[in-house]
Amino acid sequence: MPEVFQYDFMNRAILASLLVGATAPAFGVFLVLRRLSLIADTLSHVALAGVAIALLTKAAAPIIALIATSTAAVSIEEMRQRRLLPGDAALAVFLYGALALAVVLISLADGFNTTLFSYLFGSVLTVSTSDILWMAGLAAVIVVFMVMFSSELAQITFDPDLAQTNGVRVHTLNLALAVLTGATITVSMRVVGVLLVGALIVIPVLISLRIVNGLTRTVLASSVVGVLMSASGMIIAFYADIAPGGSVVLTGISILTIVELFAFASRWRNRHRVSLDSFGDHDHGHESHAHGSTGGGIHSDHTHR
Amino acid sequence: MVTDTESHASDTRDTAIVDLADIPIRFDETWYSYGEQVVVRDINFSITPGEFAAILGPNGSGKTTLLKLAMGLLKPTSGSVLLFGQSAHTFKDWTKVGYVPQRTQATESRFPASVKEVVGFGDYTGFSPFALFKRANKERIDIAMEIAGIQHLANRRVSDLSVGQQQRMLIARSLVRQPELLIMDEPIAGVDAAGEDQFHAMLRQLNSELGMTIVLISHDIGAVMREATTCACINTDIVFHGPVHQLDAQALSKLYGFPVDVLMHDPEHTHR
Repeated sequence: MPEVFQYDFMNRAILASLLVGATAPAFGVFLVLRRLSLIADTLSHVALAGVAIALLTKAAAPIIALIATSTAAVSIEEMRQRRLLPGDAALAVFLYGALALAVVLISLADGFNTTLFSYLFGSVLTVSTSDILWMAGLAAVIVVFMVMFSSELAQITFDPDLAQTNGVRVHTLNLALAVLTGATITVSMRVVGVLLVGALIVIPVLISLRIVNGLTRTVLASSVVGVLMSASGMIIAFYADIAPGGSVVLTGISILTIVELFAFASRWRNRHRVSLDSFGDHDHGHESHAHGSTGGGIHSDHTHR
Repeated sequence: MVTDTESHASDTRDTAIVDLADIPIRFDETWYSYGEQVVVRDINFSITPGEFAAILGPNGSGKTTLLKLAMGLLKPTSGSVLLFGQSAHTFKDWTKVGYVPQRTQATESRFPASVKEVVGFGDYTGFSPFALFKRANKERIDIAMEIAGIQHLANRRVSDLSVGQQQRMLIARSLVRQPELLIMDEPIAGVDAAGEDQFHAMLRQLNSELGMTIVLISHDIGAVMREATTCACINTDIVFHGPVHQLDAQALSKLYGFPVDVLMHDPEHTHR
């Protein structure tokens, strides 16, 4: 057995990162496509404030963090809905408000700086079996929700007004989505830390959007990419003796860079091929090529039916 | 001052003898304002079954707001809007209604769905926990794509479509359930001239052959006079409402705030 699997703490850490890697990006598809990627960042700071409260009051950190993120998520959604504040302004208010609250609470009690530090940068190596059960439970809820409401989620993501006039209960579902975003953040926070949670939710989605077509496939691909990225990131972290959270996110960014480079290269090759072809056509007259290309554009809409 | 609005309002009240549930849309003293600014003022009219109603008005005249009120996306500040006899805001029976918006936000992003998937949204009939494992109603979706002329685009990614093709996709989506009422907000902005002709031919067919009630916001007065049966001219207030052949230069001038000439077709040309 490879050395990495010989330690219980490492097995738990890998299991935790796989759970998170599979669920957070799948859910993230709906956030990225609705241009709500930054909500992950905001809610993770709210979670940090929640953790600070929990440490100060000696309550269970995941539960307080979950309550804090869900409440914030619902409030942001309501503010957006009622147009009290523009969406991005509401996010900013909550992000800085929560961060300020966390800073104040930290200054109130000096003793827990190390614990808080572990939340900031992740502490996947210290997850306990009960943490894993927690994560598995929340992951299950998220997956069941996504399966049950697959059509509704797709429609809301495509266009909320169209969804509503198609009979989808947009407002209720948006609130449910907000609460689950909070849950996803709370779960993911243990693995990569508050500061990097957003990356874990967003990067696998960006990779999947490049490599597959179809909404369901994008959700599945995000999950697979998330698992690959978390697992390889953890293994690299173990052997290179570096911070797991950072390692997972950097692995993701590397994959994203490779995928984007491939996409760029194939676009470039296509363009290059087109210009070479037009070179070949030169003998038959410049005009015919020009006519062909613009004519195709004009007629593209005519030829239907 | 006795306005057209008042005379037509009394006309529409006469239709109340008909069962309200049969009236696709009914505006009843409907007002809507954004803060202090009144956008829709005291609108009274009904869209009756089988009607092909065009809504005309300059930019910012409240046309889109009126449609959003009709679709229950906005709640009137006062008065009411009824969809098939129920308050539009709490309306549930959406299988009767098809809606085509001006454009949709999703097409601007890298939305990964295929045309077929988006048209398939039109097949939605309510929450079902196992929807993911159910087969789509392929036949209905195919028919809708054929009517809108996009069957060859079925597997294309939404974000790769031209504006005109996106609109056709949204039209197909609205037709899947063969609604009784089709509401369209300038659906052919961005479609070329030949596409426009096809679009009008399609609407004619839906209206006359399938008896679909159609409400269409349009800027194309010529097409409205040719295709629609009735017309509502909106500029915050209702300036004119009635059969399209009664729409004259005076009403249009009042609507747009500058003199408008109406060229009549030769009498041989038969209107539907």
